[in-house]
Amino acid sequence: MSPDVLAPLITHADDTALMRLRARLAQESESAHLLDVAYRTVETPVGTLLLVATERGLVRVAYEREDHDVVLASVAARVSPRILRAPARLDDVARELDEYFSRRRHGFDLPLDLQLARGFRRTVLEHLRQIGYGRTASYAAIATRAGNPTAVRAVGSACAKNPLPVVVPCHRVVRSDGAVGQYVGGVEAKRTLLALEAG
Amino acid sequence: MNEPEPVDRDHDEPQPVNRLPTGPKPFDRLVDEHGAVVLRVCRALLSPADAEDAWSETFLAALRAYPRLPAGSNVRGWLVTIAHRKAIDRHRAAARAPILVGSVPERPTDAVVPTEPDTALWDAVRALPPKQRRAVTYHYLADLPYAEVGALIGSSEAAARRSAADGVANLRRTYPQEASP
Repeated sequence: MSPDVLAPLITHADDTALMRLRARLAQESESAHLLDVAYRTVETPVGTLLLVATERGLVRVAYEREDHDVVLASVAARVSPRILRAPARLDDVARELDEYFSRRRHGFDLPLDLQLARGFRRTVLEHLRQIGYGRTASYAAIATRAGNPTAVRAVGSACAKNPLPVVVPCHRVVRSDGAVGQYVGGVEAKRTLLALEAG
Repeated sequence: MNEPEPVDRDHDEPQPVNRLPTGPKPFDRLVDEHGAVVLRVCRALLSPADAEDAWSETFLAALRAYPRLPAGSNVRGWLVTIAHRKAIDRHRAAARAPILVGSVPERPTDAVVPTEPDTALWDAVRALPPKQRRAVTYHYLADLPYAEVGALIGSSEAAARRSAADGVANLRRTYPQEASP
């Protein structure tokens, strides 16, 4: 218990100063190459998206239903715990997403860091990037293109664990019977993205 | 033709990405949890202008060292220790700096830079003798136990407790509060 003479110093959290200091820390850590991972969020028609970037490029995009806190903790464990909210590094990503969602952009021109996808999953992501705007492909077709026609389930799993949804368009992979199929952002989000691109 | 339904993330076997990992927290959370404490410490030990610089230096140094911080460490104690060292560095630098006519090294007059709430009270804390000021800061403003306070200021636990008590008594004299109704 602190003496009441000191109470004003403790109860008065100086949020203005702390916001200013946080912005300065984000900037200085970026200049000093200490900011291994920067993040911010953006509001989109498919909800709030978490955007996460290393110095190499965009490393993770996450839907709200994935739980942003869990995603950041996972990035801390798998990439680096040197993580700060630092919007500047993600300005280009935010701008391109905004253009995409307003139908002014059909492809993303962004440096990507694919370190969270390895092996066959990484191969699948490379093939997903070949599916053009407004087009779809079946899980089976992607399995074939990835060199393993029987690995249809593995393709589904790679899509479900796509670290970069929206930007690497796993939403363009649908079932060969025409059904939309599942999606890391939820079926509704998948329908929204497909409708956006069809429009 | 029926194709097996691809596995959804929610129904897949448990993956690390679905659980809160037990590893180090994102550094951002440390700033959330301890940013205000470190700012109090810096303000109590330094002028308002120096305080913000020391806060920044503390968190930059902490960010640099964070991946090597052993799991289960007392993060608040660690951050306050870094702030303590940064404040000492700044006092030393000020002591080495040429003294300008009309300036007082320990208490520069800086109506210039960042404003702080409760300035008069901060001034009263900063006016305490160094050992009392540090003991009050680390125990009452940063909530460290006296053993840790003692380690930081080079005193025994009992001496740290006395310094903090003397500091509070001093404050009550120099910063009299309005009488309660």
